[in-house]
Amino acid sequence: MCESGLFYWANGCFNRLSGRSLKREIYFDNWPYSFILAQPMRNPRLHNLRKLSLSVILALFPVSAWAQSSNELIRFDRFNAFILLVVFSAAVLIYTNWAKRGKTLFLRKIPGLDAVEEAVGRATEMGRPVLFIPGIAELDEIETIAGISILGRVAKITAQYETPLMVPVRYPLVLAAGQEVVEQAYIEMGKGDAYDKDTVRYVAGEQFAFTANVNGYMMRERPATNIYMGAFFAESLLLAETGNAAGSIQIAGTARPEQLPFFIAACVYTLMGEELYAASAYLSHEPVMLGGLKGQDFVKMLLIIALVIGILLVTFGWGDTYVTWFDAV
Amino acid sequence: MNFIEIFEIWVIAFSTLALFSFLYKDNPIYKLAEHIFAGLSAGYYVGLIWDTVILQQLWNPMLDGRWWLIFPGILGILMFARFFPKFSWVSRTSLAFVMATTAGIFLISQLHGLVLPQLKATMLPLVSDAGIAATFSSIIVIIGVISTLIYFYFSKEHVGALGVTAKVGIWFIMISFGAHFGYTVMGRVSLLIGRVQFLYEDWIGSFSQIF
Repeated sequence: MCESGLFYWANGCFNRLSGRSLKREIYFDNWPYSFILAQPMRNPRLHNLRKLSLSVILALFPVSAWAQSSNELIRFDRFNAFILLVVFSAAVLIYTNWAKRGKTLFLRKIPGLDAVEEAVGRATEMGRPVLFIPGIAELDEIETIAGISILGRVAKITAQYETPLMVPVRYPLVLAAGQEVVEQAYIEMGKGDAYDKDTVRYVAGEQFAFTANVNGYMMRERPATNIYMGAFFAESLLLAETGNAAGSIQIAGTARPEQLPFFIAACVYTLMGEELYAASAYLSHEPVMLGGLKGQDFVKMLLIIALVIGILLVTFGWGDTYVTWFDAV
Repeated sequence: MNFIEIFEIWVIAFSTLALFSFLYKDNPIYKLAEHIFAGLSAGYYVGLIWDTVILQQLWNPMLDGRWWLIFPGILGILMFARFFPKFSWVSRTSLAFVMATTAGIFLISQLHGLVLPQLKATMLPLVSDAGIAATFSSIIVIIGVISTLIYFYFSKEHVGALGVTAKVGIWFIMISFGAHFGYTVMGRVSLLIGRVQFLYEDWIGSFSQIF
């Protein structure tokens, strides 16, 4: 009863914030929650469900208060995305749980990623540095986060072989994140003393000033291995061609379709789109990462099945309602 | 043309030629241009961020009563903790905030902006009323989307039927890359033409003003 009271207090506050009628709120909009909250009265085994739903509602409260402009607690017109989100999250959690319990999760070979360790080994043999560029976008780009994640793994390998690593970046936040990840990698490999703070360095904020600087570095220091992982734009070919001219082994990965052809032309291996996001899971084999990747694969299969059903329904003229389930509002 | 305009043209021409000199090999002129470029961009971005972010998006709105902007302001200030090794861990809060919100926002925006619209746009009839060309186009789109999705399926080895489908997918991907390549190279060539035009018309044109 106490929890229900809290729920109505939260909703009441929301009503006052959004200026809606309490009657409408309780009797109409919130019937799904009211229904869930009422279940334990009918079935005590559902007590945990009530707790969970209450937590979700209370978590939603501040969000809903911020979303006053839309004047709705929940956008029911976006329910399709919500369902997809729930399915995706559930799949990731289930697979992560399996991975943590030691269940073997199969991942097919991704040639470009197997080459990363070889390429770092080559740099070690030649006594030359490894150049890693985590893209040229800000940290609010998911490709940059993927790049930083792969950097962590590459830094572990360079720390193990004691190979010099150079990571030029374009934004201060990427600099901070990169430094954290590389330092952590060195500490984990027991080489904390070998970590140099200048390994990750800010070069320039302007796209082509950054490119000019990195190109100059490539020709002067001649790194044995260049790894480009992240978001790249017009500078992709300038970087990759210069690296090629400097005789470096190059591995690239980006999700930008317009830049991928240039990397394919100038690099030994290229990770395309989704492979970039899979890379960190593939390299680390950490349960959380593997669970994420397997969850994505599961959702991909579901989407293919949904697509095939949709195509068949539309072909036979029965797909009008089904297709509206995929409306993006 | 006055002196300032001519000087500007010569500085631009020098920078252009200095950067083009890299095509021959790395040299001191290129190095000079590279360092000027990097230094100028760093200084420019400090000014730009001070004006467009700190003043326009944080300080002025806070003075106008949007006090809650203090929270992102605090997250920004926490980044300075990196200068003090004992407290550098505090800056991770801001980093974690940015990375987590990016992942969350990106997930929803991709579902809404790409996944759902693309699914809907691919639900095409296998036989179109609009004629053979439309039917052919629908079939190509459907095969392309499904086979490309299969290529990015990592949980099974690409052998047998799955392997054949993935191979079809990679063909679609490569054809699309070819189109992108041609399109982008065209754009780059037009950029080069713009530079050459500048050197020929503006820079060489300025010779008559000086000599």
